[in-house]
Amino acid sequence: MLELGADEYAKYPFMADAGQYLKDKGFPLVKFGTDPDLKPSVEKAFHRLKVSTEGGIYKSELIDGQASKSYVLEIEVFSFLLAIVLIKLTGMHTLTKRFALAEARRAEQHLERDLGKASEKSKIDLAIKIIHDLFGIEVIKRDDFFEIPVADYLKHSVSFHEREWKLINRYVKDGKVLLTPEKTVRLIRKELGTYIGSKINNAPTPPMIPGFENMVSELVSICKKLAPSYTTTTGEYPPCIKHAIEVLEKGENLPHSGRFMLATFLLSKGQSVEEIAPLFKNAPDYNQRVTLYQLNHLAGTSGSGTQYSCPSCEKLKTQNLCFAIPECDNIINPIQFGKKRI
Amino acid sequence: MQENDIKFLEDTFKKYYFDHFDLIRVPNRTSEREFGFQKFNSGMTRHISIRDDKELHLLLMKNTPSDVYCSNACYSFPNLPMNEKDWKEADLIFDIDAKDLNLECRKNHIISKCNECNEISTNVNSCSKCNSIKLEKKSLPCKNCINASKNEVSKLSNILIEDFGVYQNDIHVYFSGNEGFHVYVYNSQFQQLGSKERSELTDYIMFHGAIPETFGMKKIKPNRLTFPDFDEKGWRGRFSKEVYGAKSKRSKIITELITNGYSSFQKTLDDLSDKIGAKIDPNVTMDVHRIFRLPGSLNSKSGLTKIFCNDLSKFDPYVQASFLNENLVQVLANCPIGFNLRNTKFGPYFNEKVSIPTYAAVYMICKKLATIS
Repeated sequence: MLELGADEYAKYPFMADAGQYLKDKGFPLVKFGTDPDLKPSVEKAFHRLKVSTEGGIYKSELIDGQASKSYVLEIEVFSFLLAIVLIKLTGMHTLTKRFALAEARRAEQHLERDLGKASEKSKIDLAIKIIHDLFGIEVIKRDDFFEIPVADYLKHSVSFHEREWKLINRYVKDGKVLLTPEKTVRLIRKELGTYIGSKINNAPTPPMIPGFENMVSELVSICKKLAPSYTTTTGEYPPCIKHAIEVLEKGENLPHSGRFMLATFLLSKGQSVEEIAPLFKNAPDYNQRVTLYQLNHLAGTSGSGTQYSCPSCEKLKTQNLCFAIPECDNIINPIQFGKKRI
Repeated sequence: MQENDIKFLEDTFKKYYFDHFDLIRVPNRTSEREFGFQKFNSGMTRHISIRDDKELHLLLMKNTPSDVYCSNACYSFPNLPMNEKDWKEADLIFDIDAKDLNLECRKNHIISKCNECNEISTNVNSCSKCNSIKLEKKSLPCKNCINASKNEVSKLSNILIEDFGVYQNDIHVYFSGNEGFHVYVYNSQFQQLGSKERSELTDYIMFHGAIPETFGMKKIKPNRLTFPDFDEKGWRGRFSKEVYGAKSKRSKIITELITNGYSSFQKTLDDLSDKIGAKIDPNVTMDVHRIFRLPGSLNSKSGLTKIFCNDLSKFDPYVQASFLNENLVQVLANCPIGFNLRNTKFGPYFNEKVSIPTYAAVYMICKKLATIS
């Protein structure tokens, strides 16, 4: 584990072992419910959580990553750890997700600032070390950029939907991708959130702490209001699927990637292998046995049991299978076509 | 395929395997690989584990396969069903096939066989006898196809070396035994990448998904200074060489690009993928569970060998990958297009009995253009 200074704990409080940290400081949890001197930390924890439920990032009292007074440091770390305690007491999964995301974005800002400090080698080294220790990415500073091995870049960027994150839109040389500090940190945002989320999930749930009851019930009611809205769908097929069906109906050849898209789309819409198979009857190379075998494979009913999902719009664009129309409305996967929130 | 054709092919293939054990070697980490084979007119047998060359040779002698395959992946238990194999890593592989290159010459050497009435003709759209569109197309690739495929291999190697930092010695190129080349990359940082990540690599190599901003073009107030220089590395450099043509034209072309606007720039990029992207089959590269034709084995689509190319530029598959014997054999040939093997011209044949060397007879029988008579 990394050796962190007090300032670093305030910036990256998720690096601390919650229980151990409080114990080391000599504060049993129950004291926070009653001790008026500790009240600011509890209030800050509550505030920190509320901001995260609103989709915001909690504004800390650190100035440029430094604490003006020593008590500020303590409040920063305590409030993070107490927020985890409050999450555990509410038992609300939504709260874990929102808080983890907000804290990840907050840490991202600090990491970005540290990486961008050309004059402070120690700060850059620490940020690089955090990225390496937590996410196993070897980052090397080269002039104003950071070099990351292509394989590491792909492992993290592959889930991003924006085209600028495609490898083709990066400067690649000698097996490395060159990134700005901002992009380097953005690359690990999701994992940072997952890491913080797993820390929260793995933390033990303490018994209710006297004095915390009102905050816990208020957080529970906030979370209930965050319940997802329902969606309805028009039932119409997206243009890419319509096009694929038309090609097959005309008895023309639909490439393998098009067949994969069509089959996985229809499977995701709940159609059975037997319902889908006749669609391929007109294909020039149709073979019933092979078609059923492949459809069962995609459905996960044979082979490895993996159920394949419909490729993203981005992927279909690169395969020349996308025929977007305004109604596509910036969806990222054909299965979202026609869905409306109510 | 008819019984006597299958018997002839099996006998010939068996003799080849017996005579050429030296060409058929198991890959490294043999016991971690999955092997598979197909027999003529039969399905695939896979999930086979083999320990060494001896076991492989025994398998070839016992089964006389039409095609032999080996995984690019390594597993803890290669002989178990796919979801129990415990995938460890996979060599990065590429397939470059002349049929994917949309070459002009192709229409001159494609033969179609009607699935309904078996009529053979050079008409590729519909059967000239019964008008059915269910046609099985057979290609007899020409020199141009092979040279174009070689060019794609060179483009791929260049990207692998310059952009991905792969060592030249770790890139192994094989003639596929039919119409193209198989490229293996060993000891790379990509060994443990999954399918999605490999798919991104293929988009990079094929120049798919590029946006104008990467090449300096902005939607609002584009700046001349951000456009690539002629001598830059990577895709920006390849873009400049293709689009500017010469260093001296850079300024003029940039002015044109800016005047034409953002959407036109995007169109230029989309069109460029056909010219500067390497034309690989992305489905092969992204498949991390594939069993890939084994080097040294015969390809049942042609009877030619999948063979290592020492010097790609001089490599002639129709001489260097033809290992079958020269014994004369009589066939009924219906091959309306001529072809060259071992510097000898064969055909065209129009439903005629001919006596030709075994290697040429196998070539046509594999393509269903001749039968033993």
